[in-house]
Amino acid sequence: MKLTLRVWRQKNADAEGAMSTYEVDGISSDMSFLEMLDTLNEELILKGEDPVAFDHDCREGICGACSLVINGDAHGPERTTTCQLHMRSFKDGDTIDIEPWRASAFPVIKDLVVDRSAFDRIIQAGGYITAPTGTAPEAHATPVPKPDADYAFEHAECIGCGACVAACPNGAAMLFTSAKINHLNVLPQGAPERESRVLDMVAQMDDEGFGGCTLTGECATACPKGIPLMSITNMNREWLRATRKAGKR
Amino acid sequence: MTRTIWDSSVGKKTVMAVSGLIMLLYLVVHMLGNLKIFFGSGEFNHYAHWLRTIGEPFMHYEWTLWVIRVVLLVAVIAHATSAYQLSRRDIKARPSKYVHKRPRASYATRTMRWGGIILGLFIVWHILDLTTGTVHPGFESGRPYQNVVDTFSTWYGNVIYIVAMLALGLHIRHGFWSAAQTLGVGSRTRDRALKTIANVLALVLTVGFISVPVAVMTGVVS
Amino acid sequence: MSSYTDYATGEPVVDTKAPKGPVNERWDTRRFEAKLVNPANRRKHTIIVVGTGLAGGSAGATLAEQGYHVVQFCFQDSPRRAHSVAAQGGINAAKNYRNDGDSIHRLFYDTVKGGDFRARESNVHRLAQISVEIIDQCVAQGVPFAREYGGLLDNRSFGGVQVSRTFYARGQTGQQLLLGAYQALSRQVAAGNIELHPRTEMLDLIVVDGRARGIVARDLVTGKIDTYFADAVVLASGGYGNVFYLSTNAMNSNATAIWRAHRKGAYFANPCFTQIHPTCIPRTGDHQSKLTLMSESLRNDGRIWVPKAKGDNRPPNQIPEDERDYYLERIYPSFGNLVPRDIASRAAKNVCDEGRGVGPGGQGVYLDFAEAIQRMGRKAVEAKYGNLFDMYQRITDEDPYEVPMRIYPAVHYTMGGLWVDYDLQTTIPGLFAIGEANFSDHGANRLGASALMQGLADGYFVLPSTINDYLARNPHKDDVDDTHPAALEAVRETKERLEKLLAVNGDRTPDSFHREIGELMWEFCGMARTDEGLRKALERIPEIREEFWRRIKVPGAGEEFNQSLEKANRVVDYLELAELMCLDALHRAESCGGHFREESQTPDGEAARKDDEFSYAAAWEFTGTGEAPVLHKEDLVFEYVHPTQRSYA
Repeated sequence: MKLTLRVWRQKNADAEGAMSTYEVDGISSDMSFLEMLDTLNEELILKGEDPVAFDHDCREGICGACSLVINGDAHGPERTTTCQLHMRSFKDGDTIDIEPWRASAFPVIKDLVVDRSAFDRIIQAGGYITAPTGTAPEAHATPVPKPDADYAFEHAECIGCGACVAACPNGAAMLFTSAKINHLNVLPQGAPERESRVLDMVAQMDDEGFGGCTLTGECATACPKGIPLMSITNMNREWLRATRKAGKR
Repeated sequence: MTRTIWDSSVGKKTVMAVSGLIMLLYLVVHMLGNLKIFFGSGEFNHYAHWLRTIGEPFMHYEWTLWVIRVVLLVAVIAHATSAYQLSRRDIKARPSKYVHKRPRASYATRTMRWGGIILGLFIVWHILDLTTGTVHPGFESGRPYQNVVDTFSTWYGNVIYIVAMLALGLHIRHGFWSAAQTLGVGSRTRDRALKTIANVLALVLTVGFISVPVAVMTGVVS
Repeated sequence: MSSYTDYATGEPVVDTKAPKGPVNERWDTRRFEAKLVNPANRRKHTIIVVGTGLAGGSAGATLAEQGYHVVQFCFQDSPRRAHSVAAQGGINAAKNYRNDGDSIHRLFYDTVKGGDFRARESNVHRLAQISVEIIDQCVAQGVPFAREYGGLLDNRSFGGVQVSRTFYARGQTGQQLLLGAYQALSRQVAAGNIELHPRTEMLDLIVVDGRARGIVARDLVTGKIDTYFADAVVLASGGYGNVFYLSTNAMNSNATAIWRAHRKGAYFANPCFTQIHPTCIPRTGDHQSKLTLMSESLRNDGRIWVPKAKGDNRPPNQIPEDERDYYLERIYPSFGNLVPRDIASRAAKNVCDEGRGVGPGGQGVYLDFAEAIQRMGRKAVEAKYGNLFDMYQRITDEDPYEVPMRIYPAVHYTMGGLWVDYDLQTTIPGLFAIGEANFSDHGANRLGASALMQGLADGYFVLPSTINDYLARNPHKDDVDDTHPAALEAVRETKERLEKLLAVNGDRTPDSFHREIGELMWEFCGMARTDEGLRKALERIPEIREEFWRRIKVPGAGEEFNQSLEKANRVVDYLELAELMCLDALHRAESCGGHFREESQTPDGEAARKDDEFSYAAAWEFTGTGEAPVLHKEDLVFEYVHPTQRSYA
């Protein structure tokens, strides 16, 4: 396949960026999208040009590092991560636009690489269960109903890639934040910190400069792990509940 | 780190949801009242007069109406202010657009902000037109039936009203469902029901409100 | 032949921390004998932790909980992305929830035997003991393990053992355990007990007066080289499987931290022990950047075959039954398709070497579910393997319900690593290595679902107990900063190396060298190794290294975000580590576990161990690039599990 790539190039955080056009030839439909970019980069290095910077690591769809907006879609046309997108989803002669995640809470570091440390700070604000090593009771001491365990798992699957923020017209991190809150708040182990968790994480999310939710549903559509939009509804309920309880104390 | 509702984006959305639902409830009543126009000027004018005497003798003349007006005013201001502040926040959170654009979300979802502005402007016109009569040549206080027929006898009156009501329909369609999610009452099993209610409410209100100018235009009401 | 193979044998290396006495009391003994640090004194101590995977993440969190000041590094943009996240299968623990005869002793026994008698009994027994505490800890953190309808934890049997002791969270156990550790870590970051440096890569170790006192690290965003100092340094930087270029490791997993520590004096043990996993998706062409593993459980119902005839290019469905060779069932009639990983891998290589491989380049064998679908029905197959089939289809665009899957072995895990004593301390005092970065617990072959167990055992429980002893004996001193000659020297060396990489301005990319060394290693130091092949590789590696420093091209500058520079610098270390791996493989003229020397096999082609000659861990001491290292042997003593030869025929 022969393709025209229009790629966002930006030297560093402070530089102005722009789309640059590249031609790549000899692309096999079995290649992953990132392998196609590898091919481009090998050529650029040999030509003495700066290769395109992009985040990637496991290349099996679980680490959450890869983060490209391809033709306007976070992670491209298939519902998966960029690394699991294959070139068979494109046609010979296609022009492909490749851009970084766009949100002011995710500033561009270089080219297609953005800073997602805001997500880490949201987790630090309360996305955990306080259980210092050694304090744990026997694992079977507290049974967890299977539906609750499954519900927790479904939300724990979030890989923290940020596609939800990238796809949201408001740059909101509601789906990410709600996934962790739903995961931990449904479990009996998470109950003691149920209220503080949701209040603190939502506050941190706001402080990071993410937008608000207008329930467009773009986040859930882009999510490679299928975290449902209803996750946000449930977080809102948790937040209201926690706010009411905090008011009573 | 507990904050007040107003300090949180989720809290502001809650304010929007609650104020929106108050207005929605009012609109349902308002629309039903409007339909009285089909039963002639007597019944319609009588209904309009009754609105001012609700709660008597405990309430003085127009007290109840003023209570409603104040509640509505607070709701409108709360709704608009939180919408404005949240929108500013959203725009700031996503300052640069994607070069490769494609249509996203449903029409109703994408038009919430513009629809809201249209509705805000409409409310001002509507009050100046049919409550105070400021922009209504020949307005006569105490003769609402005549005033309504007057308004809908002008082309611009019809256009403004019908456009606004279509915007209202779209606004309610996304807004009602959205409010349910914000208040956390949505769920997987309830989602279909909520969407249906939102659609039905939007349709009934739009058709109900628009039926009046249509009736005037077609001469059913004159 | 280069002088590299003329290695000297030095003094044996002795684990001075290993307690004596009954094996099941040794961990208690050690914990009692280890000195403690007064809680009030702990916050004066700084501990550097490199890596945030299962081992590093759990260690950082736990040390911070104990009151130490932790400075933690990861090259990823977030600690949550460490490659532990990709582990699929599960984590073993001797809970005996199934009442099926499991016990700590049985897990201990299985692990020693599975490691083909090349691991320490004391360490393995401790691992088995701690396994039960790990599950408790993870459940308390909110790890959503699979549960049964009664609300209790579910178990499955894994990797051919006869008991169900594997805890799992669908096919994402590694992810869930890592998130548990990451969240514990995050809590400590918020509490101010951990100073976290993401996108920062360790490039050298600072050793002062024989003790590890700090590291040199590069900020990957700004390119700035900085020094960090501490009272002890913990390496949790993972394995070195990426020496092979293609592996199931993440693209950025690398050996630099452990290799630089090795260069500074830490012995490297059993570098040739590599695990090659039989069920990976084969490569599709030269563009291939990494390989994807599919759960071993597929072999429970799939049948593995190749055409009987060489070069039979017909589509699989058109090859009649009597022209197929179900070679595992033929050679190992009692175990069939369920033989251990190393045997299945080697058999696949053999049939492909005979020219009977399938798919692009003939590097694949069929894993056929046609019979299973006929026997169980498509629905049942879907319920059991649906997610794996989907993953396969996404990657290959072939429907495994209609066409047999193609699989091929791939490098997956490295059992070797920095030599550590019972306290997980390397031969450099104050330098500790945990998780896959050390060599300690798996011997010559790792059992399924044991890597997660070891990483978390080291990080949550072992290191936080044993490091106290070192810190108590070496009270905090504020005597080193970035003006210390050792720090200046380490920074100078690092900067020189990077500047040299940028200065060559040759005509080959870092990737092209990585691929070249990887292919060489795969051919000569992969599934089957020979004296001749290893010598050939050992001749070739210095040549590639020489060519590398002549022809490498790294664009850009050092003081900026530069992924090519990161890559090139990692390749520098692969080019040295590869040599040591080949030498270790050459010197170990026996077959054991994942290390198969063709010269050492039984008449029916099985790995033949030579216990009288090689019952030791080989710890290598660095003497200079391309210079013969010194071999230090640690004799292995088996008091509880007596070595036997494996047989699966």
